[in-house]
Amino acid sequence: MTQLPPPSEVKLGLVIDLDTCVGCHACVVSCKGWNTENYGVPLSDMDAYGSNPVGTFLNRIHSFDVQPETGPAQTVHFPKSCLHCEDAPCVTVCPTGASYKRAEDGIVLVNEDHCIGCGLCAWACPYGAREMDAAAGVMKKCTLCVDRIYNENLEEVDRVPACVRTCPSGARHFGDLGDPNSEVSLLVAARDGVDLMPEQGTKPVNKYLPPRKKDQLVQPAGTGCGGHMEEVAAEPKGFLAWLDKSLEAL
Amino acid sequence: MHPASSVIVFTVLSGFGFGCLFWLAIGLPDLMGLDAFVYYAIAFAVSVVGLVSSTFHLGNPQRALRAFTQWQTSWLSREACLSVIALVVMGLHAILVIFFGTNLQWLGILGAFFCLATVLATAMIYVQLKTVPRWNHMGNLVMFLLLSLTGGAIFTGSDWVVHLLIATALLQVGVWVYGDGRFAASGSTIESATQLGSLGQVRLFEAPHSGSNYLLKEMVHIIGRKHAVKLRFIALLLMSVVPALLAMMMPLSVVVLVVIAGIHIAGVMASRWLFFAEAEHVVGLYYDKR
Ligand code: SF4
Ligand code: SF4
Ligand code: SF4
Repeated sequence: MTQLPPPSEVKLGLVIDLDTCVGCHACVVSCKGWNTENYGVPLSDMDAYGSNPVGTFLNRIHSFDVQPETGPAQTVHFPKSCLHCEDAPCVTVCPTGASYKRAEDGIVLVNEDHCIGCGLCAWACPYGAREMDAAAGVMKKCTLCVDRIYNENLEEVDRVPACVRTCPSGARHFGDLGDPNSEVSLLVAARDGVDLMPEQGTKPVNKYLPPRKKDQLVQPAGTGCGGHMEEVAAEPKGFLAWLDKSLEAL
Repeated sequence: MHPASSVIVFTVLSGFGFGCLFWLAIGLPDLMGLDAFVYYAIAFAVSVVGLVSSTFHLGNPQRALRAFTQWQTSWLSREACLSVIALVVMGLHAILVIFFGTNLQWLGILGAFFCLATVLATAMIYVQLKTVPRWNHMGNLVMFLLLSLTGGAIFTGSDWVVHLLIATALLQVGVWVYGDGRFAASGSTIESATQLGSLGQVRLFEAPHSGSNYLLKEMVHIIGRKHAVKLRFIALLLMSVVPALLAMMMPLSVVVLVVIAGIHIAGVMASRWLFFAEAEHVVGLYYDKR
């Protein structure tokens, strides 16, 4: 059913910390690894070993360069997967009912057996969170690892999304953003978490924590390297001075 | 947006076909017997070819029947349902006119309504998308409807041909000029996309992947825009100006109308190609491309 359910009390989603993400792409790989052999058809690659490889991914890391008015630029690594929007435009445009938002926890999924591969949902998503699989002709998107988080065959520590479990810098957090007292909600409140492209009116569940303010390096006056090295002599002395003079005289 | 030929053929031909059916439905011209048969057959054929070509870009067309189920929220589903209703109602109308010589006015009005509703739903598939600011305004909706009516007017040799052709030219120029400012007016920028604007000026440092992907191919189509101005000129000439001049200078014989229709459809195809190629999706902001 492509009608959106009334807002659920539980809103499962991710909180992504742009301050700590180091841009290692480990979550990209673990996401692809888990999701290519679990929910739905595999995430195919085309021409994987050729000159023009392309493939389906549910999570991608962009890197931005932010230039403040003064001082050096800053690199911000920016993971991007489905934000499981509350007003998900990708769901309502779907003609077949393949795209749906779960009433119980707000996860947005695609029933691949019903998907005709029209691509309209990918057009409707502002964030580029949906990719059509070139081999299967059906729409793929982040499942919030629905087949891990409720999976009683996995150990408790593994009942989180693959990307969250893998992230070596703890930049991805998973939890219930509908509960104002959950760890993720408190984190969002403490760090002033934000919505991406709020002007699109999608009401994303996933939140992004902006990079913290940088420390300012205070440099001792007149030194280039923190005062640890002697100034480089501009004028030669002693033997070098003699050599310099003699050579110039030639 | 990627200008897929199947979608261009779909929107142009189904728009033209349902426009033809609209004029036949309201009894302009009032045809009977064999004449009616020829006109209806062509109008149905063009509409159906258009609708069928819309399935060519599907990843799994064998499940296309499912697209009739979600009419409550989806314009694409509504378009599918309305087109079938329009074809069925107009099929009945055609049978009565051709074989029984009866033109039921209420049935014609019902058919005309569903023909226009189908074109409206087609347009709404694009107009509804907030993510593509150039599409996301009512000007495009009126443009789709007007082009459909104009196509049908040429087909039936209506007295309104010249007026409608001039109107398409004026509206097209308006839609282009207005559309050019839509992305900026949408308020979506690389800063709103990343929410990093408060730290400084944002640009892409490194893309997530060295090759291409579905998103870039489908939604960040930049190649075609290079010749956009020239193409706009060509589209306008073929779609409106030349057909209008021909219609003013020549008697509207069948041969002249066929020539006008051919030129007009070529122009609408060019305009529709630009409709896609010039449209920028906000996802391009994450790639620092539009
Ligand atoms: S991020 Fe995109 S795909 Fe995910 S729910 Fe929002 S609109 Fe839909
Ligand atoms: S591609 Fe599949 S999921 Fe997306 S709108 Fe079309 S039918 Fe629905
Ligand atoms: S939650 Fe699962 S599917 Fe979604 S990005 Fe993370 S690993 Fe991929």
